[in-house]
Amino acid sequence: MAKTILAVDDSASIRQMVTFTLKGAGYEVIEAVDGQDALDKANIHKVNLVLTDINMPRIDGLKLLELLRKLTHYKTVPILMLTTESSDEIKAKGRAAGATGWLVKPFDPKRLLEVIGKVIG
Amino acid sequence: MSTDLEQFYEIFFEESSELLADMETCLLRLDVSSPDLEDLNAIFRAAHSIKGGAGTFGFTDMTEMTHMLETLLDKLRKGELEVRSEMVDAFLKAGDVIKEQLAAHRGEGQADPVVATAVCEELQRLSDETQALAPVPVKETIDSDINTETVSEEEAKITPVKIPSIDDLPRITYCIEFSNRGLSNAVLEDLYTNLRELGTLENIASAIENVRQLKLTTSNSEEDVWEALAFVVDPANLKIEVDTRSVIAEPLAIEDELSMAKMPPAPGYGFFPGAPAAPRDIDDLESNLNSPQQKNHINEAHGFHKSSNKTTAVASVNETSSIRVSIEKVDQMINLVGELVITQAMLAQTASQFDPVVFEKLHSGMNQLERNTRDLQESVMSIRMMPISFIFSRYPRVVRDLAVKLNKRVELKTVGENTELDKGLIEKIADPLTHLVRNSLDHGIEVPEKRISAGKPAHGTITLRAFHQGGSIVIEVSDDGAGLNRRKILAKARERDLPVHDGMTDQEVWLLIFEAGFSTAETVTDVSGRGVGMDVVKRNIQSMGGRIDIESAFGVGTRISIRLPLTLAILDGLSVAVGDQMFIVPLNYITESLQPVATDIKTISGQGRVVQVRGEYLPVIALHEIFRLRPKVTAVHEGILVILEAEGHKAALFVDDLIGQHQVVIKSLESNYRRVQGVSGATIMGDGKVALILDTAALVMSSQQEAL
Repeated sequence: MAKTILAVDDSASIRQMVTFTLKGAGYEVIEAVDGQDALDKANIHKVNLVLTDINMPRIDGLKLLELLRKLTHYKTVPILMLTTESSDEIKAKGRAAGATGWLVKPFDPKRLLEVIGKVIG
Repeated sequence: MSTDLEQFYEIFFEESSELLADMETCLLRLDVSSPDLEDLNAIFRAAHSIKGGAGTFGFTDMTEMTHMLETLLDKLRKGELEVRSEMVDAFLKAGDVIKEQLAAHRGEGQADPVVATAVCEELQRLSDETQALAPVPVKETIDSDINTETVSEEEAKITPVKIPSIDDLPRITYCIEFSNRGLSNAVLEDLYTNLRELGTLENIASAIENVRQLKLTTSNSEEDVWEALAFVVDPANLKIEVDTRSVIAEPLAIEDELSMAKMPPAPGYGFFPGAPAAPRDIDDLESNLNSPQQKNHINEAHGFHKSSNKTTAVASVNETSSIRVSIEKVDQMINLVGELVITQAMLAQTASQFDPVVFEKLHSGMNQLERNTRDLQESVMSIRMMPISFIFSRYPRVVRDLAVKLNKRVELKTVGENTELDKGLIEKIADPLTHLVRNSLDHGIEVPEKRISAGKPAHGTITLRAFHQGGSIVIEVSDDGAGLNRRKILAKARERDLPVHDGMTDQEVWLLIFEAGFSTAETVTDVSGRGVGMDVVKRNIQSMGGRIDIESAFGVGTRISIRLPLTLAILDGLSVAVGDQMFIVPLNYITESLQPVATDIKTISGQGRVVQVRGEYLPVIALHEIFRLRPKVTAVHEGILVILEAEGHKAALFVDDLIGQHQVVIKSLESNYRRVQGVSGATIMGDGKVALILDTAALVMSSQQEAL
């Protein structure tokens, strides 16, 4: 049974690349264009993993993390931050907001699958 | 699994172009004295998104530029420095450079690295000033930021990374092992240089062939080390481990160490110990699922998975609100629909010969076919329609740059950006419109001092307006500048030996500026000396089947309006008969049709025949005389008069009979035969015969000239 991943990024090319990579590895993917969209979709579909960018319009990744963690289903679902911000400050903020881990952009498809495999493999 | 990233390039290019355009819009909107934080954030996000994509797809030149942009923008939005117009200029320049780099990656043109470096330095300088002024940020953070973003050996070569003082930072030793298969010595040297910039590098002789082992002691994080390596070395053959003996007490590092104890360290990513669903908690997570509440979720999750295919599909439909289709496909479709319209018309004609009572179903079917064909045609035509904002949006930048250059203060207003226009026309109108806008700015709008002394606000206004009028679209460029100088134009025209006299109307005088090489500018600036002249503008507009008009008042302003047909391919027409021939009169020129009373027809010496229509005398154009045909009726009151209105003038077209109203597909007569006076094109009728489409405007104008 395929696991479902919610991929959140305001960049269509990154979204497409992530979706393509994940679908190729047998995951189901739902895309969201920003935090608000992600929140709406996360409420409808109970996904198995959330992969989110940090810097996005409307609701950013950190706020999304916080809000998701308040939902019963998402208390235990792995949420990975996918971001160019690799500084410790962002990591600390992500951790405080409840992120499971982080993945630094730019990344290649292989690394993405490796991380995801470790979490929901 | 290997993924060819190239397949995502196109969408990245398009996305980046859009982001750049957004960025520019926001920049131009930005009020330097009180910047809107939302705008700054939006600009930052655009730069950030481009950087993310560029990094992922390996366009390092773009990564570098957007990184510089981002650094400065970040400081601005955090309020560490006030926005200055100098910065906005630098941002716009950077945007231009990124546009060029983007084009270069697309294989269109080349980016100039010298310009890029200059802009980078400018941004760096501006962002360094921030540090000088603001007490908070320390040099180290910025430098290490650059370090983490050093994405390739190439970029590192261009921008040597400065090493911060690292004495007070904890240092960790990493054991690095990678395969050097396929790497040249030069590449390896570069890599070592980069690594040395991160910290102390130790080369360990390796017993295994093609495997290099290094030890790097650095205060940078593991990702930094990974990133320095990952763009040169295949990540699959790369191992980075923390040399545990070397860790100098640093809380976060130890914690991370612990969290990763159960799995090998993963470079470029990591998990937070104790965080929900972090890998080592997975067991706990599953055992927790026995609570009823959790079971509930599992069930939901199951239900979801059963239909997951469907929901994913629905989700992606919602996301793609538009698709990109090549223009050839659309044109092919339009052509096919055009043929379908003709076929439908032929069928309708054949069917009309059957008795409607006996063949009732055939007739109702034909009616429905006609409606459907028309709807189909309309919706297909609308695919080609694009909002004019597509070209209007480029003018804020044009106006801004030019105003700065000319030391003028100008505000650009756009009205009716959503007015839709055929894509073919949109592309063709851009150049003439640019010329008109530049003209307005250069010749129309005065310098602030002059404006103030003339009692006008120092700020000039240029207004771009688009709207529909009848079957046409009108685009106006108006300014509140000096207006055209009648005296000057006439003097210039005499100088050039053009046939002019003082009795000419303003309209006629203004038209002189469309003469080739005509310029009243006292000095030729590089603004007005460049590009197409007004004569070319007029020719371009006419070739699109459009007209250009000028209204101007000296000292008050000028308004130039371009009137274009909505679309080039289809026309609503009235078919009329003269003798055994059929002609199409474009419907949007017809005001009414009538059968005149013999007493209303008068012959005036030297002016031909006129007809009185509600107190107005209109010249009568006999179509059979123009095309030398043998008509069925020669007396005007026995035939039909179609009243035409074009360019503010009216005329009555005398024909034998009216046949009906059609939507016709315009076929160019010029490309299939040759240009014929009084005819703008041809079409194929339902019975397969060719009917000529009348050039109504030309007919009306020629009747006016005769009348004069």
